[in-house]
Amino acid sequence: MSGAGTLLEVSGISVTFDGFRAINNLSFNIGHAELRAIIGPNGAGKTTFMDIVTGKTKPDEGKVLWGDMSRNLIGMNEAKIARAGIGRKFQRPTVFEDQSVFENLLMAVKNDRNPLKVLFFRPKFKDFAKVEELAAEIGLSDQLERRSGELSHGQKQWLEIGMLLAQDPKLLLVDEPAAGMTLGEREHTTDILKEAAKTRAVVVVEHDMDFVRRLDCKVTVLHEGSVLAEGSLDHVTKNQDVIDVYLGR
Amino acid sequence: MDMFKKNPSLPVFVAVLVIFTLAVTFMSEAYGAGGISTSFVKTLGKTLCLALVAIAMDLVWGYTGILSLGHFAFFGLGGYMIGMWLMYARTKLIVLDSFANAPLPPTASEISDAIGTQIFGVVGSSDFPLVWYFAHSFWAQIALVVLVPGILALVFGWLAFRSRVTGVYLSILTQAMTLALSLYLFQNDSGLRGNNGLSGLQNLPGADGVSQDYISIWFFWASALALLLTYLVAAFIVSGKFGSVIRGIRDDEARVRFLGYSVEGFKLFVFTLTAVIAAIGGALYYPQAGIINPAEIAPIASIYLAVWVAIGGRGRIYGAVIGAAFVSLVSTYFTGGQAPDVNLGFYTIKWVDWWLVLLGLSFVLVTLFAPKGIGGLFDLISGRMSPNRHGVPLGPDKGSLREEEAEK
Amino acid sequence: MIRRLIAACLILLTCALAAQAQERTIQDVLQEHRAEIEKSSRKTIGPAIDAIANSGLSAAQTVLETWQNKGMWQRKADGLFFYAAPGAGGTYTLFDFDSGAEVGAVDKGDLDQLKPNSGIRAMIGAALVQFQLNDPNPARRRDALLAIQRDGEESHLAPLRASIEGETDPAIKALKETTERLLTIRFDPDEASRVAAIEGFRGALSLDARAALNPLVTTKIVYAEGLPDGANIKRALKPGKDIPVSDAFALMVAAGAATPPPSVAERKAALEAHIVDGKVGGRPVADLNTQESRDSAYAALAEAGQAPAYDVNFSEETVVKGAPFAEVYDEPSKAVTDAAEATLGSINRAVGFNQFLDLSLDGLSLASIYFLAAIGLAITFGVMGVINMAHGEFIMMGAYTGYVVQQIVPDYTVSIILAIPLAFAVTFAAGVAMERLIIRWLYNRPLETLLATFGVSIALQQLAKNIFGTQARPLTSPGWLDGALTFNDVVSISYIRIAIFVLALIFLGVFLFIMKKTRLGLETRAVTQNPRMAASMGINPDKVNMLTFGLGSGIAGIAGVAIGLYAKVTSELGSDYIVQSFMTVVVGGVGNIWGTLLGAGLIGFLQKGIEWFNPSNTLAAQTYMIIFIIIFIQFRPKGIIALKGRAAGD
Repeated sequence: MSGAGTLLEVSGISVTFDGFRAINNLSFNIGHAELRAIIGPNGAGKTTFMDIVTGKTKPDEGKVLWGDMSRNLIGMNEAKIARAGIGRKFQRPTVFEDQSVFENLLMAVKNDRNPLKVLFFRPKFKDFAKVEELAAEIGLSDQLERRSGELSHGQKQWLEIGMLLAQDPKLLLVDEPAAGMTLGEREHTTDILKEAAKTRAVVVVEHDMDFVRRLDCKVTVLHEGSVLAEGSLDHVTKNQDVIDVYLGR
Repeated sequence: MDMFKKNPSLPVFVAVLVIFTLAVTFMSEAYGAGGISTSFVKTLGKTLCLALVAIAMDLVWGYTGILSLGHFAFFGLGGYMIGMWLMYARTKLIVLDSFANAPLPPTASEISDAIGTQIFGVVGSSDFPLVWYFAHSFWAQIALVVLVPGILALVFGWLAFRSRVTGVYLSILTQAMTLALSLYLFQNDSGLRGNNGLSGLQNLPGADGVSQDYISIWFFWASALALLLTYLVAAFIVSGKFGSVIRGIRDDEARVRFLGYSVEGFKLFVFTLTAVIAAIGGALYYPQAGIINPAEIAPIASIYLAVWVAIGGRGRIYGAVIGAAFVSLVSTYFTGGQAPDVNLGFYTIKWVDWWLVLLGLSFVLVTLFAPKGIGGLFDLISGRMSPNRHGVPLGPDKGSLREEEAEK
Repeated sequence: MIRRLIAACLILLTCALAAQAQERTIQDVLQEHRAEIEKSSRKTIGPAIDAIANSGLSAAQTVLETWQNKGMWQRKADGLFFYAAPGAGGTYTLFDFDSGAEVGAVDKGDLDQLKPNSGIRAMIGAALVQFQLNDPNPARRRDALLAIQRDGEESHLAPLRASIEGETDPAIKALKETTERLLTIRFDPDEASRVAAIEGFRGALSLDARAALNPLVTTKIVYAEGLPDGANIKRALKPGKDIPVSDAFALMVAAGAATPPPSVAERKAALEAHIVDGKVGGRPVADLNTQESRDSAYAALAEAGQAPAYDVNFSEETVVKGAPFAEVYDEPSKAVTDAAEATLGSINRAVGFNQFLDLSLDGLSLASIYFLAAIGLAITFGVMGVINMAHGEFIMMGAYTGYVVQQIVPDYTVSIILAIPLAFAVTFAAGVAMERLIIRWLYNRPLETLLATFGVSIALQQLAKNIFGTQARPLTSPGWLDGALTFNDVVSISYIRIAIFVLALIFLGVFLFIMKKTRLGLETRAVTQNPRMAASMGINPDKVNMLTFGLGSGIAGIAGVAIGLYAKVTSELGSDYIVQSFMTVVVGGVGNIWGTLLGAGLIGFLQKGIEWFNPSNTLAAQTYMIIFIIIFIQFRPKGIIALKGRAAGD
């Protein structure tokens, strides 16, 4: 059902690692400006799902269709998929710690990624403006010249989200953004994600139910590599299957 | 300008290099007081070339995180390419000279046969192999200095990077490439005179009247100029966004990929560019050394290159220059027999024998206790400190800097 | 009555003859042919030799041998023959041929020595062959046959054939039959029997068979104009296609069918000889720097009659075009050459198959060597992920340990048995020391581990040079490892290689046992997969890492002893193997011993295979091998046996 409202359509993908079925006939859709949370117990295939969408893992079967043109993403490499408009944030904050916040953001700002173009690239006024704007959004305006390695854990998470936003993606895949954050930091993170979801699709993978509740969005429950339930958080938490999965074992 | 802002050491380096060049010139036998012997001028000129190839190594390893054990092979290939022209042109002059008293002027094919016999007599042949097709032309061989190593690096890099070989696997693969190249050149039918190599390269064709005193200083100048230009190019590359991206690749390749940069393209660019820089260094080095043979290309040479950069301090351009200059000069001092023997009473340490042991051990010590190398000393002065990492690695890539190193 | 008388006479005669035959001595035979023997001429001596040889007397062989060695003397007084030994005072002691009894000492002056010339001696030799071929001692029969195979003559053929029938030893009988065929091929005038003999070698592998057949099919290339009718032509040749034009032309020149034009050098010499006032043939010398101008100057010279004429448009091609050339067998009989070609074809197929077997054995032993060199790495690099560039130097240390032990313990067998545990101990200690002092500080920094261990590598290598010098040291294998297991003339394998193969198998077993069945193996796998979890379960990762690294290094030491037996021990021994060892592990798939085994097999067989195409060039084989590996990595970046999924660490 690749209607006008669908940005990403994942249909019937499966992947096996050494006999273990990590993803089993999974189908999933998301619209253009939607916030979606994916929850599920350990080993449910959440991270593998992201790996497949971003091109890190090749599925054994199935299709991943992208955008209004319904381009198949399978077979494209990570960089190409990223340039097509899918940004990803890893579980662990991965920013370039050896480089300043400014350099990190500038690297992410949408510009030509061709090596030669990059070699002769010198930031223009609009690039500075964009970096300033992003820094303001993630609350790091006064940290621009600091090395990102010196930032706190939460600041790094924000920086990484900022780098994602700088790419100007149509779809954001965020893996456990709240892990290891203080309560205040979590609230700030929620705000950033909600704000981002106004103009683009955001998929958040999270364990923490409170955080998911705060996001206040549609929830997809994964279990053993396929969708177990979908709907509002209240709806899915009442689902007997979901209760079994979370409590039954 | 950004380049100077990011490389505060740049003006210092330029100044030091200019002063050094002038000082050597005014103390040389050709243009000055004669305080420095011609052979030492050659040693210094060669050292500048080694510093040049060390910069290439630093770009590819220190900045991009590819521990290539093949860059000295590119250096050697550059030497071979220029050596072919030097040897051909000079042999041609000698042959023409010998024909001068012949009753008939020689035909082109007679000249070519005579040159072939002169050059390939040692490997029992007199025909020009195909690889010598352009040897008669200076400009063609100059082009080959860049093209042959460049294309080799391009093809090899393309193969290696597209299959995502990284870290130590890539190092071993580059080492295998180097070994294959040197074994190939060791064969007599490789067309490059087997293990005899190319010799007599110190004699410039048509400069028979000029003494080595002058030629050595000319090469010294050329080497210094090449080093300066390479330094500027390297500083330009690492200062901008390109520098950010390649350091990003070093620290966390996957993350860069997810930012939409084609990591393979960047690696290939750096690998090929540095191969070309190394080749230019080789083309300047071997005319000063006078001889090149396949042993120069053996994998060990490329590993030494890594050693220089590590001792000098990788990830900073001046570190590579300092490392190469320091280690190669100290090495010359010890292996040249100038260092005094140490008499322990029961055993006399001859440095010619023990220098490699000392180098090996000091290399282990540097890796263990001073991963920033000599360059780390400058940090103590300038107070450039690494972030406090609280025990987390800098990135998931195995080749990247790790916590302990970053903590210091 | 008369009939009876005649019958009686006949009986008497027969009895008398029989009696005479029984009593007949070799002396009688000699006396019967006394005249011929005394004359000692090659033309007439034949019947005498035959008579002795065919007399059926046991002394015949002695007589012939003595005669041939100029040891037979004749007593002047009665013309009897004896063999003699020099006695005291210029006398000779004579012995009777039949009884061997001493006859007495005689003054030299009363004796004539028989001195057969070389022709006669050869005839005697041929007659002796039958005795040797029927000698009761099988070893002597075999020696005689081998001598005939080496150095056969036409005259050997008849006694050889005669001796086959009565041969009892089956091995010697087979040898006799082979020898008979070899001789038949060479000497028998009858074409049919030669062809039969040739065909008898169908599918044979022996070098002798090939050596006998190859001369039959030698050919030479000739200019075929006026070739005799009976010539055994293999094929007609077309110049430019089957033989180079210049060769064809040279053949025509040699046959007098063509005249060569003055060569470039001759024309040049002619030009040089006719330089007058800086001009030749009206052209200034300075202009003669192209072949065209020289040709035209020469044409001018030829026109003036100063040099032989030379047609500028001359081309060897036009001369040889259409001229007949042929490849002609040296052997005139077509039936023989056809049979020989056919048989050689079948032999070559058999030889090719056996060469393939031999090559496979070579490949297997090279693979075992690579496997031995790599198995330590399979532990330190494959299992632990530590890249140890000094691994090669550990191999070298093992080899030098073997050398030192041999200096102290002279018995090679004992010293090897001592050397293996000692080499393990030495390199185990070195490995543990290195792990404690260097590697444990560098876990998770593989590139730096590579460089630091490389530092150790150059230090160790130089240290070995300082201690043992630069020349190669021998590590001698025990006597029972000398020689080779020979299956036939083509397939053989030396015992050392078999020993290395067996050692590789043992190591494989030991590795599997340690990793799968022992506590250390379990702990090693636990620590490498998840050090924190392992530590929390009471495993001491430090200790496990140390022991595992020591184990890998110790195995390298034992491999060093084995490799030292096979190659010379030098300080560069290790670095010769290090790149290949890493390649073996990488190609096979890191972290899997079966992968290492497959990798070693692939590299070993492939290298031998490449060498087979270009046998003289090991360097080229290694070059192509490495290029192959680089391309192989393209298709299987994780090796033959790749770990998949999350365990692979991506």
